[in-house]
Amino acid sequence: MSDDAANDRASSGDSIPGDAGDDGTGDDGADVERRTEGAFATRAVRAGHSPDAQTGAHAPPIYQTASFLLRSVEHGSRLRADDPARDTYSRAGNPTVREAEAKLAALEGTAEAVAFASGMGAITALFLSVLRQGDEVLTLGPIYSDTRAVLWELLPAFGITARRVEASELDSAIASNTRLIYVETPSNPTLAIIDLAAVAGAARRHGLLTAADNTFASPYLTRPAEHGIEFVVHSATKYLGGHGDLLAGFVTGNGDELERVRSVGLRLGGASLEPHAAFLLMRGMRTLHLRMAAHCRNAGAVARALETAPGVSRVHYPGLEDHSGHDVATRQMSDFGGMVAVDFAGGRASATRFVERLELFDHAVSLGDVCSLACVSSTTTHASVPPEERARDGITDGLVRLSVGVEDEADLVADVLAAAAAAA
Amino acid sequence: MHDVDAELAAFATRAVRAGQVSDGATGAHATPIYQSSTFLLGSVERGSQLFAGEEAGDVYSRVGNPTVRAAEEKLAALEGTEAAIAFGSGMGAIAALFLSTLRQGDEVVYLGPLYGGTRGLLHDLLPRFGVSARAVDDDQLAAAIGPATRLIYGESPTDPTMAIHDLEHIATVARTHGVLSAVDNTFATPYLSRPAELGIDAVVHSATKYLGGHGDLLAGFVAGSSNLLAEVRGEGLRHIGSVLDPHAAFLLLRGMRTLHLRMPTHCHNARAVAQALRETPGVSKVHYPGFADHPRHDVAARQMRDFGGMVAVEFAGGRQAAGRFLDSLTLIDHAVSLGDVASLACVPAASTHQLLPAEARREAGIADGLVRLSLGVEDPDDLVADVVNAARHAAEVAAQPI
Repeated sequence: MSDDAANDRASSGDSIPGDAGDDGTGDDGADVERRTEGAFATRAVRAGHSPDAQTGAHAPPIYQTASFLLRSVEHGSRLRADDPARDTYSRAGNPTVREAEAKLAALEGTAEAVAFASGMGAITALFLSVLRQGDEVLTLGPIYSDTRAVLWELLPAFGITARRVEASELDSAIASNTRLIYVETPSNPTLAIIDLAAVAGAARRHGLLTAADNTFASPYLTRPAEHGIEFVVHSATKYLGGHGDLLAGFVTGNGDELERVRSVGLRLGGASLEPHAAFLLMRGMRTLHLRMAAHCRNAGAVARALETAPGVSRVHYPGLEDHSGHDVATRQMSDFGGMVAVDFAGGRASATRFVERLELFDHAVSLGDVCSLACVSSTTTHASVPPEERARDGITDGLVRLSVGVEDEADLVADVLAAAAAAA
Repeated sequence: MHDVDAELAAFATRAVRAGQVSDGATGAHATPIYQSSTFLLGSVERGSQLFAGEEAGDVYSRVGNPTVRAAEEKLAALEGTEAAIAFGSGMGAIAALFLSTLRQGDEVVYLGPLYGGTRGLLHDLLPRFGVSARAVDDDQLAAAIGPATRLIYGESPTDPTMAIHDLEHIATVARTHGVLSAVDNTFATPYLSRPAELGIDAVVHSATKYLGGHGDLLAGFVAGSSNLLAEVRGEGLRHIGSVLDPHAAFLLLRGMRTLHLRMPTHCHNARAVAQALRETPGVSKVHYPGFADHPRHDVAARQMRDFGGMVAVEFAGGRQAAGRFLDSLTLIDHAVSLGDVASLACVPAASTHQLLPAEARREAGIADGLVRLSLGVEDPDDLVADVVNAARHAAEVAAQPI
């Protein structure tokens, strides 16, 4: 690709091969065409990528490259000084990766996004970029076990502490060294719901940063930045990629701090997203709206079917009226998601029979796959969480986490009912 | 007594074969790309055992993936270490090593100069977390170790000045004082030098460079003992999340299989270019460990099989001459990175090391006009002709006052 085309940031969707539309300065700094016009579905399909100006290729080229040509010593030096993360080396910036970032930002309604090799890459990069020795992080409600390990085991070695508080006591819990409030909603695995606007309000009153892990909802259901949350993080491994075949993460937001997430968290932490994976990720994101609608429909059907199944003591699903966060979820989500957690009265033995009897749900961790998945949280994803904390969060030994895929709704309902009958 | 030929043959065979896994189910010869985030757990009991570490098997690609593991095993076999962990980039590897082995109050003592990103970790990021770093000269290393020192770190050859550090000396000092030692072996590769065999605890790589070898992927490694790496994997990889994508792991495996063929040519070409540049008017200095007058040529000769594919050159006409040189190259590409089959050149002070304070660059000997050359595997005569021609253009720029 010529240098001009490589620096083309403003090509229109109608550009023809050879019409680079370059403004000639080479360091215009304009973003990749984000195509933010249109409703969510249109943005999912089109945002972030314009057909290649030089060749006319419609699908995004995969810039499987470590390095980039510099036009001159001054050009190279100016790029680094003006924008240390642009187009000199793929760890800091790569065109294919940048397109995936632009697409995610368009879907979340935020200014910028930074992509990472994994969700933990994104989350830890955020922490490393905005925190320092002596800072405190407050968390509300349960969070993913590896995030918890970073906050309670890794970062304390560097003088950063974490404290979990109840939503109702948030304002009074904030201390002079509190720097960040971190939440997940819906949470993993019991789908606890956090009121994002309330968190944003408390943070604003006290001058704190906020971050929300939006993996389970995806921007299709919730856009935390619209509720005032500063940073949104994703394990794009899940619904965004959508096909269980890549690992990726994002941090997105509107503030100036996001640039530090790129220049410090990404550049020095090195969890850069591979271009081929970025291509697959973009491909997945283009059908997010179709898949999420099906995930929600199927999960709702599965949840309601299991509610009355014998041997089931409880079903966790934000769409059920008796779910503790149902009202907030109704307000803050456009549907209730693809995840369901089922609590079996017969404890681990029943949960085991259920999982092993399922035919359309594969026994595996991860989630957000087109293919349905199931696991027993207490023995897999949350095995490393202390038992008393699991109990506090309702992660019983009999809890099965279902990631409901996009197979036929009736097939899935029949499968879970047959498995529940065998487990009872 | 080491039979060098047998050692080379073993290396070549290991490069081609170590880690490769043919597929049992289909018989496919090449290692499959396990482009999967997750893995079937079998029974609930087995899933529980997998997560408890009581049974071996993959559960999630951030913590283990078969294609990635093949690359890890190959690198461990080449470095002669018990284990290796792959990362999404060299910085991912280095950050993981630092964050999993250090804590607030610790000090890192390092021999400079360092790659700009590594220096950024040590001087910009880690101090926010109570970890300090200090550069020392080789002959002051033992005296520099204090009660807070936890790690001795260095690169050899260094980026970009081709300085050489005595790896055995580092290992001895570290062992004597009970601190960890880590060396970035990117420029040498295990083909030329195996720091673990000299007693270094952790060997890090930007596999983006010679190991991958084709400029088309980013990756990193930490290699060392199983014990040390269990810590680095559990804290560093799992939590910091700089995972290596399976597709990139496949390309990396592919590149590593010809490391023993590419490195001799890189070395041959670098030697030819270094010698030609030294004889060209307008060139004020050539940094190349193979020259007898290189400050630590004898150490390089002792700890490296050959002197590498990297050369740095300074022109009497300073930065302007360097710019003229780069503009005049017709074969070699002006780009950062290195270790590519294609030759590359850049001015570190204006690129890879630009974010360092000018004072730090000066101390490291990184002149404003220093050009870093990564000599590829093209024809040596073509490369020599290109650099000599470009150097002649550079010589037209008047000499700068010192």
